Amino acid sequence: MVMPQIKEVAGQAGESPVDNAVVARGVSKTYGTVEALRNLSLEFPRGQLTSLLGPSGCGKTTLLKIIAGLLEPTSGEIEVNGKPVKGPGPDRAFVFQDFALMPWASVIRNVAFGLELRGVAKSEREAIAEKYIREVGLSGFEKAYPHELSGGMRQRVGLARALSVDADVLLMDEPFSAVDEQTRRKFQEDLLRLVENESKTFIFVTHSIEEAVYVSDQIAILLPRPSRVSEIIRPGGFRQKGADAIRRDPEYLDIVDRIWASLRSYVD
Amino acid sequence: MTVFGYRLPAMSSLILWGILWEIVGRSGLTFFIPPLSDVFSTLISVIGTKPFLKALSETAYAFSMGVLASILIGIPVGILMGKNRLLDELLLPWVNMFLSAPLTALVPVLMVLFGFGMKSIIITTTLFAIWIIILNARAGVMQINRSLVEMARCYGATPLVAFYKIYFWAALPEILAGVRIGVIRAVKGVIIGQLLISIVGFGALFELYANNFLMAHFWAVLLVLFALAFTVSEILAYLERRVSYYAASR
Repeated sequence: MVMPQIKEVAGQAGESPVDNAVVARGVSKTYGTVEALRNLSLEFPRGQLTSLLGPSGCGKTTLLKIIAGLLEPTSGEIEVNGKPVKGPGPDRAFVFQDFALMPWASVIRNVAFGLELRGVAKSEREAIAEKYIREVGLSGFEKAYPHELSGGMRQRVGLARALSVDADVLLMDEPFSAVDEQTRRKFQEDLLRLVENESKTFIFVTHSIEEAVYVSDQIAILLPRPSRVSEIIRPGGFRQKGADAIRRDPEYLDIVDRIWASLRSYVD
Repeated sequence: MTVFGYRLPAMSSLILWGILWEIVGRSGLTFFIPPLSDVFSTLISVIGTKPFLKALSETAYAFSMGVLASILIGIPVGILMGKNRLLDELLLPWVNMFLSAPLTALVPVLMVLFGFGMKSIIITTTLFAIWIIILNARAGVMQINRSLVEMARCYGATPLVAFYKIYFWAALPEILAGVRIGVIRAVKGVIIGQLLISIVGFGALFELYANNFLMAHFWAVLLVLFALAFTVSEILAYLERRVSYYAASR
């Protein structure tokens, strides 16, 4: 019941064979008797941002953690760059909802931590970390500690850490949900630029419809109990119009309405 | 505290108690309490003597070896218990039992097992200190933010690397609190060990002074011990405060 729909949508969108960075094939996950994901299949085109959108409890974070290799699927498999996922790997980096910064370490050590774990020499990894700290706009805070930073700044540290390991795939678990509204808008604009400039594949979990439509090349709508992909939406024309114009674009507003209409009945 | 608008320095209440002690001592109420001034002059005369220095070095050796052993064993065991459910189920009842057990009663058994020497004293000290260190390290690990652990795995940390780069540091505030309490308990352990097992160190001095009714000497040595224990505990409390800045934000 789910599969034909995906094929149909994919058929509309894919005028040429798409290069997928990540593919999920028939992924199921059960916790004891609870079925979190059932036979979920989804493709993540390279260099694009795919959002996983759905009501809470729809298993979007579970799917993301399975892709990250942090959780093992009960059945099915994930392929990254054509290779099956066996566990965490250097081809993927994760941005956490609660930032997951080491409170005892300075910003620069936090950003360089991924490289530290890979055994990169200190001077080299700090040079790389400094570059990405600059890129996320935190220059001057290299020696600061996480507790001295605001929520938004902490997530910039988390983002810089994910960027500095230079992974092909960036997995973001509701990265902006713990920051305030203004910061979130700024983040969303920055994210659009990031997707454009870095040739990386982004997988973005969110529960905000507006956020998903704003930042995504492709939106997978997940419905709960058990989780499955109900629809894939690929926003079209408005994405080239620039960050400021998107929120006023009729197509943007239409898609937001359409998604709300299909999710409405699942909100309790 | 302020009295009549004057700000009193910390622990100035000790002066009051010192004066009370002096009065009770001078009144000659009991031979057990000599005047504080006598205690202090005895302290000064005793402190450079050979038996005192020998007792001090013996006690310091047993104490530091016992504390070292309980830290080196206690922290990793506690962290492992916090990480591993099976190990936790296996060990936790024992840890809880030994924590509250009257360990003094075990000392004779230790004497049989390990002889009447320094070894038994060190083991007694360890037994006094280690359990609370284990429990605190365990509690520290159990409250670690899960995403911090996932972060380490995600970015490629092996279990061993995660152990000393994440678990240890994340649990450090609790670990230090445990070490501080453990050290205070170790002071008890080392003295009890010295008194019961072999008459060496301060144990020997206590025995000697008490048997000969040398109360001023007795109190002098006791004051030295109290001061040492207090100093060690304050140093650890200082370290604890230095890491407490991140205790709330893990």
